[in-house]
Amino acid sequence: MHKGDMVKKLLYALITILAVLVFNYILFRVLPGNPLAMMMRNPRATEEVIEGIRRFYGLDQEWYVQFFTYFRNLFKGDLGISFVFKAPVSQVIAARILPTLLLVGIAELIAIAVGIGIGIIAAWKRGSKLDVGTLGFSLVTYSVPTFWLGMIMLVIFCVGLRLFPTSGMFTPGKSFATTAAMLHDLLRHAVLPILTMSLVLIGEYALTMRNTLIDVLSEDYIVTARAKGFRERYVLFKHALPNGLLPMITIVAINIGFVVAGAIQIETIFSWPGLGRLMYEALNARDYPLLQGIFLLVTVSVVLANLLADITYSYIDPRVKN
Amino acid sequence: MHWSLRKKRILKFLFAVRKNKMALTGAVVLAAFILIAIFGPVFMPFSTLDFGEVEDILNPPSPKHLLGTDDMGRDVLANLISGARISLMIGGVATAISMGIGTLIGIVSGYFGKAVDNALMRFTDFFLVIPWLPLMMVLAAILGTSLWNIIFVIGITGWAGTARVVRSQTLSVKERQYVERAISVGAGSGHIMARHILPNVFPLVFANTVLVAAVAIVSETTLSFLGLGDPTTASWGMMLHYAFESGSTSAGAYWYYLPPGICVVLVVLSFTLLGYAFDEIMNPKLRKR
Repeated sequence: MHKGDMVKKLLYALITILAVLVFNYILFRVLPGNPLAMMMRNPRATEEVIEGIRRFYGLDQEWYVQFFTYFRNLFKGDLGISFVFKAPVSQVIAARILPTLLLVGIAELIAIAVGIGIGIIAAWKRGSKLDVGTLGFSLVTYSVPTFWLGMIMLVIFCVGLRLFPTSGMFTPGKSFATTAAMLHDLLRHAVLPILTMSLVLIGEYALTMRNTLIDVLSEDYIVTARAKGFRERYVLFKHALPNGLLPMITIVAINIGFVVAGAIQIETIFSWPGLGRLMYEALNARDYPLLQGIFLLVTVSVVLANLLADITYSYIDPRVKN
Repeated sequence: MHWSLRKKRILKFLFAVRKNKMALTGAVVLAAFILIAIFGPVFMPFSTLDFGEVEDILNPPSPKHLLGTDDMGRDVLANLISGARISLMIGGVATAISMGIGTLIGIVSGYFGKAVDNALMRFTDFFLVIPWLPLMMVLAAILGTSLWNIIFVIGITGWAGTARVVRSQTLSVKERQYVERAISVGAGSGHIMARHILPNVFPLVFANTVLVAAVAIVSETTLSFLGLGDPTTASWGMMLHYAFESGSTSAGAYWYYLPPGICVVLVVLSFTLLGYAFDEIMNPKLRKR
């Protein structure tokens, strides 16, 4: 990638983030229904919280002053005060980031590894039972609402087989003698949410891998490699795979929005104490400052992740680099 | 395009659909659900407002209630059938809104090019990159939970992909000779976009519609499940919401939480199958060798 292109990409990402900030402001301040007015009327909001909101938004000032107050606060990392938790939004959110990263991170790694594996075999044995099965599997997982899949997993493994606990991250009120015991408890709670998340992703990754690899396998240089008399396995792993893997980076990046949606639903079903569950709680309590804070964090992270994938791609693929 | 030529094309397309097993399965299942949505409520033995007595709560399937009763003593089958109407209606109208916005932005962007294109595509990218579920949750929370708000929220978040696809097709269509001829005889931009470009991007819009519809149905279900549906209507998503909230999963009331989910999967799967098959029929590259 040229330096100019890189600057352009960074600039676009920056503009998108700015647009997200403005959009967020408009959404919560200008749109009919005025959430702020609702916050003030909320019976759970104490005098202290209302005063906090008033100060935070600079309500007694002109709209442009309010707008800059909002931006200044954001850059200081001040997202307002949650009126359910009665604590700064940034603190409430920070405590929930790790569980979500744990869930999403491990599920992504599993899904990418398994998806690539299945995709390779499906492409290699095109038209076989496994290939048709992969297509069927991904079409079905694409069509199943994530939360419902979670419910079914819960019914089968927790209620029916009683293999795993139904909710949370740790057994409540339990104290652990050793770190190993704690990890074991965590693992028992984490298996189902992670498994559900992986199931949702594997189909798409496998299908993408399969389709790219089939495309690559029809390229001239593969024909050449075969003509040279290389073994089929050698051609597949040394010639086809390196190029076939590239689009996976893009797909994983594009999918992040989908993963966020999945995390919200899965965390809700399994009461996993992460950001997704927090967003669900904020939504149902109509805790607007908290909802706004999570929305902002999630959106900006997704924009940055896409930028990162773009840059990584251009470094790895020499055809894009030049 | 001359009418008889277009008719021939449509017949050819329908023939291809009939020959394609996936498309045929999708079409048949979908048709069945649409018929149920339209005529089902007429044959329903119970009203969705028939709240039973205390002993009618969460009863398993029986000859009287074929799919049992829910946590409020209502017939699950009756709710399922009336849910078909609401879910398909929400999905349909939201899809129409998305396709309208997407097609308009795509054609205008592709046709005018330059600054207009640049501005509209940045706007489109913005909607493509923002994670859809948080956006919908935030919008629905602010606008309030009514049937039309849900439709609106799903409709205005789902158009970006369509706009992209329509734009690229418009770019190629506008270079064709008949467009140049229309310009040279003095046709206005509006006329060219409506009369020459729209009919030519239409097959693509049509193929995209089924994919957008699949997303719209899943979105409705998910939003309703998260508590953002209209509490006065019984869509499949609302049924699943109440099923989960009432603890039917741990109570083993499979007749309550399974049927709405299966219906959603079947409808979305048939849309997906149709979309996949349309892609195969229209895109010669993907045809089986």
